[in-house]
Amino acid sequence: MTEPVLEARALNKRFGAVVASDQVSLVLHSGEIHALIGPNGAGKSTLLKQLAGETASDSGEVFLSGQSLQGLDAVHRAKAGIARSFQISSIIPALTCEQNVLLSFEARERRIFRFFRPALGNLSSLEAASDYLLRVGLAGREGVIAAELSHGERRRLELAMVLALKPAVFLLDEPMAGLGPEGTGEIRSLLQDLRKEAPMLLVEHDMDAVFALADRISVLVYGKVIASGTPNEIKSNSAVQEAYLGDDI
Amino acid sequence: MLRSNLVNIAVIVLLVAYAVSGEMFDAPYNITLATKVAILGMAGAGLNLALGYCGLISFGHAAFFGLGGYVAGILAVHAFNHQPIFLGWSGTNQMIAIWVFALLATGLLALLIGLLSLRTSGVYFIMITLAFAQMLYYFAISWPSYGGEDGLSTYLRNGFPGLNTMDGMSFFMVCLAWLVFVLWLSSRIINSRFGLAMQAVRENPVRLAGLGVSPFRVKLTVFVLSGMITGIAGALYTDLNRFVSPSVLSWHMSGEIMILVIIGGVATLSGPVAGAMLFIFLEQWLGGLTEFWQFWLGLMLLLVVLFARGGIIGTLNRWRAS
Ligand SMILES: Nc1ncnc2c1ncn2[C@@H]1O[C@H](COP(=O)(O)OP(=O)(O)O)[C@@H](O)[C@H]1O
Ligand SMILES: [Mg+2]
Repeated sequence: MTEPVLEARALNKRFGAVVASDQVSLVLHSGEIHALIGPNGAGKSTLLKQLAGETASDSGEVFLSGQSLQGLDAVHRAKAGIARSFQISSIIPALTCEQNVLLSFEARERRIFRFFRPALGNLSSLEAASDYLLRVGLAGREGVIAAELSHGERRRLELAMVLALKPAVFLLDEPMAGLGPEGTGEIRSLLQDLRKEAPMLLVEHDMDAVFALADRISVLVYGKVIASGTPNEIKSNSAVQEAYLGDDI
Repeated sequence: MLRSNLVNIAVIVLLVAYAVSGEMFDAPYNITLATKVAILGMAGAGLNLALGYCGLISFGHAAFFGLGGYVAGILAVHAFNHQPIFLGWSGTNQMIAIWVFALLATGLLALLIGLLSLRTSGVYFIMITLAFAQMLYYFAISWPSYGGEDGLSTYLRNGFPGLNTMDGMSFFMVCLAWLVFVLWLSSRIINSRFGLAMQAVRENPVRLAGLGVSPFRVKLTVFVLSGMITGIAGALYTDLNRFVSPSVLSWHMSGEIMILVIIGGVATLSGPVAGAMLFIFLEQWLGGLTEFWQFWLGLMLLLVVLFARGGIIGTLNRWRAS
């Protein structure tokens, strides 16, 4: 079997008495969408933070293409190829859509410490930014200040920024949160598009989307992975039914 | 874009016109005031890069203003007295050399303070920057060789090739050239790729880190640049007054620079200059009417913070835009 793109081994994280991750291990293979589901407070966001290096794990290790990320902070993990989106859209409100994507694109090109030439002066960067905006359905919104975007547009702008990083792995934290059925549908097809670029660890509450998109699903409850398998295996897993899915499915 | 440029140009034209009127009507004091505006505006422009564009609320920029001032004062006094400072070298009375030393000294100081303070944020950052500036202030007060509490007189202005710097208008032109250069440089930086990262640090450092750019490195770079600009303004201030004293290092000075940035317009290019104009105007005009002019200044600051986001220039830009 080929080496996983991302692998977490026995990650632990406590906040006082709260166990946010309890011996969490999971793998993400190339071409795969691996969904992470679980009730609120299960530790999904914490796990993404541990993978992305924003939160230090108490113990355990993360590997990217077989390389340990031990001791690397969020900046270096992003450079290594981990791109993530946040549960609450994380963009730069004062910048335009175009500038937001450019920031990401130039960061990926390691051209941020350039002080004199105008950011908007490089034609090929501008074209790249426009392409990314087009891909997430924000064509023509280049000059709009991000603060003025609708909730759904912000979600898509963040995805464009993440896409512009050309990462090795996507970590997406509830990209459909707070969107109506229409918005959810749009993001769903967008995620289908993103999977062509890199494998994805997807935290999502929308079960229709999860079962439609995911190749593999892990279920997190109280910081523990209680089940992991294909969508069909998860559907018929009695522990999952009991702990989480209830009778919805 | 174009509108705010017009406002910027108008501010500079107003400043030049005021100085020229001083020359025409033989009112040298007006030239002095215009020079002071240019210098304080430049100090504010330095702070504005950190505070306005990058969200680094430094309450210790007097450290840079004052250090620049003391570098100019100390080098000039040694040159005047032919008294060696170091390895037989007895200072200099050339502005260009003094600026180089002021840039080096304030750059290093900003690097040091930045390394020690930029991992913190919010109130902690405000307090640490304040503490550093106060340390320098007390150091200057208690260092007798350079005048201690009484300050240091430099007698003459330092020289600039081809100019009689003792002539008010000539010295004003030097300060104006610096101011315009600093504003030009600021606008280049703000609009550069690095400028995008500066604004990202202010608004969302976690996102920036997630893009693989270290917010700390961006902050440190901005802080050093900001300190150097304010430091040069301090060196010019010593030349304006031909005198430097610990007051340029005190927290009042930090507060003054911050107030003129806020009143003039945080994160607007010419905001600090407009703020300096208003500040000097109030000091001169209200200060002549009442001893309590600073009360009115405080009230104005409060009104700006509460109602006029973006200060004078921000309001003008919005007003012209609508
Ligand atoms: N920084 C923190 N400090 C203390 N407790 C935290 C912190 N972050 C998360 N938690 C706790 O850890 C648990 C998991 O939270 P989270 O990862 O946000 O869950 P999820 O994303 O699955 O809803 C919750 O009980 C939460 O209150
Ligand atoms: Mg969460």
